[in-house]
Amino acid sequence: MESFLQQLVNGLVSGSIYALVALGYTMVYGILGLINFAHGEILMIGALVALQTIVFVSKVAPGLPPLALFAIGTGVAIPVCMAVGYLIERIAYRRLRNAPRLAPLITAIGVSFLLQTLAMIFWGRNFHAFPELLDTTPLQPIEGIFLAPVQLLTIVTALVVMVALMLLINKTRMGRAMRAVAENHRVAGLMGINANGIIAATFIIGSALAALAGVLFASNYAIAHYSMGFTPGLKAFTAAVLGGIGNIPGAMVGGLVLGLVESFGAGYIETLTFGLLNSSYQDIFAFGILGIVLIFRPSGLLGERVADRA
Amino acid sequence: MITLLEARAVNKRFGGLQALTDVSLHINRGEIYGLIGPNGAGKTTFFNVLTGAYAIDGGEFVMNGSELPVGMPHLVAAHGIARTFQNIRLFREMTALENVMAGHHIRSSAGVWDILFQTRKTREEERLMAERGLEILAYVGIPQHADTLARNLSYGDQRRLEIARALATEPQMLALDEPAAGMNATETVGLRQLIETIRHDGITVLLIEHDVKLIMGLCDRVAVLDFGKKIAEGTPAEVKRNPDVIRAYLGANHAH
Amino acid sequence: MTSFSTSRSLPGPLNDPRTQRILIIVGALVAPLIALSFGASWVRILDFALLYVLLAIGLNLVVGFAGLLDLGYIAFYAVGAYTWAFLASPHFGLHLPFWFILPLGAAFAGIAGVFLGFPTLRLRGDYLAIVTLGFGEIIRIFLNNLNQPINITNGPQGIDQIDSLNIAGLDLARNIDLFGFKIHSLVLYYYAFLFCVVIALIVVRRFQISRIGRAWASIREDEMAAKAIGIDTRGMKLLAFAMGATFGGVSGGLFAAFQGFVSPESFSLLESIAILTMVVLGGMGNLAGVVLGAVLLTALPEILRFIAIPLQMMLFDKVYLDPEVLRMLLLSLAMILMMLWRPAGLLPARTRYAHREGRTA
Repeated sequence: MESFLQQLVNGLVSGSIYALVALGYTMVYGILGLINFAHGEILMIGALVALQTIVFVSKVAPGLPPLALFAIGTGVAIPVCMAVGYLIERIAYRRLRNAPRLAPLITAIGVSFLLQTLAMIFWGRNFHAFPELLDTTPLQPIEGIFLAPVQLLTIVTALVVMVALMLLINKTRMGRAMRAVAENHRVAGLMGINANGIIAATFIIGSALAALAGVLFASNYAIAHYSMGFTPGLKAFTAAVLGGIGNIPGAMVGGLVLGLVESFGAGYIETLTFGLLNSSYQDIFAFGILGIVLIFRPSGLLGERVADRA
Repeated sequence: MITLLEARAVNKRFGGLQALTDVSLHINRGEIYGLIGPNGAGKTTFFNVLTGAYAIDGGEFVMNGSELPVGMPHLVAAHGIARTFQNIRLFREMTALENVMAGHHIRSSAGVWDILFQTRKTREEERLMAERGLEILAYVGIPQHADTLARNLSYGDQRRLEIARALATEPQMLALDEPAAGMNATETVGLRQLIETIRHDGITVLLIEHDVKLIMGLCDRVAVLDFGKKIAEGTPAEVKRNPDVIRAYLGANHAH
Repeated sequence: MTSFSTSRSLPGPLNDPRTQRILIIVGALVAPLIALSFGASWVRILDFALLYVLLAIGLNLVVGFAGLLDLGYIAFYAVGAYTWAFLASPHFGLHLPFWFILPLGAAFAGIAGVFLGFPTLRLRGDYLAIVTLGFGEIIRIFLNNLNQPINITNGPQGIDQIDSLNIAGLDLARNIDLFGFKIHSLVLYYYAFLFCVVIALIVVRRFQISRIGRAWASIREDEMAAKAIGIDTRGMKLLAFAMGATFGGVSGGLFAAFQGFVSPESFSLLESIAILTMVVLGGMGNLAGVVLGAVLLTALPEILRFIAIPLQMMLFDKVYLDPEVLRMLLLSLAMILMMLWRPAGLLPARTRYAHREGRTA
């Protein structure tokens, strides 16, 4: 069993990935009141597209340094996912904006499923190994903790992204427009804001973040496959709810908290339950937390921010 | 005059905003009682607190001598207060008759086993509910629309249907939230007749309205709210002369 | 009685509800015999179709009537199936009769429904969906892992050699000889399942046209207004949830008996989604549509499986889309397209909540 500090590091890494994905969920829910079920699959698409690109480029230009491959892979994955996110909103969700509550939700589930199926067709059922492009030799900044550069990059990326997003939302015109549309998209439209455009932008930004999360996930765990987005997606949504749905700092906090709880939980679960449950029950933590939060404190840790849809 | 419903020092707060402050009033059995006031005065908030849609932050409601449950809309309805909504909330994909029969739910008793085995009692009750539903639809004036989907009815008929559905709960008091909203002069006259018929048949009516002419002509007594406080209560004539009332309304540029 | 489609689309006699009814009854009765002529495996598919019809009817109660999106419905199926597996197989050495196990499985499923529903049914629609999804997954994780420290579920290997359905000495897993006619076991199962489906339809229809059915519809349409007319929405939702769960439990028991083998794999999210798609095809509430949806979504993938592989081999010399993938494609596209273009369902008959007879005006 790993040391406390090591579990802390692991938790921060997975938590950062959850946070990146949670941001997408929380932004869309804040504006549309919709759980974009398909969001987790964007993570998957990001990872697989990056993998495909890296494989292709390394065949075509074999001498490139790994870091360059990583950058190219990421650089292709992000725009592709942005496009996918935009298309999903445009084709599947836009028509149903005024439909009764269940309709967009069911459609979202359908889209999620469709994406997984398409991924299965293109990339097969196998689990693909994602190349170790970033240095995974652990550094030892403090005695007893092993922090690999890829892990450090993950945590730092999440932090940087969150700061950038906060700046965008609070200090820019577009951010103001996004907040307005989140409050009331019809009125925002009357004020001259292109609500459709802002909503599309929200999806696009969220997808970019999920793509980033996908590449980082694949780099950290050296794996990519068609169903890799489902569980992280669900957990990231839990993180978003935990932090307060619609609340951007909340998504970050929720993600990190969830990552830490999972990490420590998996580490200590056997001792806590006297050997009854082992670490293969790890996934239950996320679901358990989700249930507890929704039942006892549905507004989350930092408070929810959703448009009034009465 | 017997008091049917009494509001005692009702308070309601939304965060920092005090929406209702110590509102006390009483409604007598068999009256038509109006609740008026400028926009934002708290009329609908009062309604929502009374009918349990909002929680109460102080004070109580007493009906027939016993305290009314708070914060539980379905219990309030079971106690005999049926409400309609300002923006009409019908069951759109159900027919008019089905809407009214839904109102009968709390006054009927067929349970899971009764329905499963289709006991004679159940079938009889179902038949009676349908009959009663048709009667109520005729009562409010839309018998021909029994099998029309609620969403296909005209605006005026939808309002009538909502009242019919509320009547099906066999209430002691009908609470109408701006029933004349969006109606033209003819429709308003029809509505007024309906309300008077309802009162004539023994049901007390509480109503929020902006149409001052309707209120003054129809109501036996009226209460005026302004900024969450009751500023006057009495007959329409008395209230019309009240200087506080005039001041409250003049500020909102209201001419009568 | 609902009549399918308006008088515009079908030729003459096919529009009469009575004719339609007779055709359907006759069709349902001879279907297995026709299928048998194509091969026993087709009868097997029909049997599974009926099981899915049962599940879809149950989920329709929850999603279609009461408007509660349950994405973990398959968990109740699992409860029913494993109850049968525990009580009628060598696993624990018990071999109890069906009339004991099926109601017990239904009861367990119903209790599970109440436990799940009690804290969660007041959540917003989308949250309820995710929580129920989580519940379904949790059940599957437990089924997979409860083989240590004590072996309850036998983990991923599942439980096999499960007793078949045995009605008054008649073992449905055996072909029988009746007046010189040989009746295949799969055909026997078909009629047994058909009987269950008919009972289910009768039960659900009785609830649909009742004060409870109207209460459910009211809650689905506008919960606030339903409360305002005195309906105890919490209690009604719990009832719908629990009842739907019991349908799942019964189907699960029948499934375990039929297949002779259960494992956590059969109870994945994919299955919950498949059943949801069937309800969606039916237009959420429309019983006839739901039945049709269930039959279509069980039969179509199998038909596709039959032609897809040879067709692809013929055209491309390689199989790009295997049957599993085809099924997933079919399900996901069906769900999306129905929601976008035909949310009212395949059969546009309106779901009725009150009787029509004996009224003139």
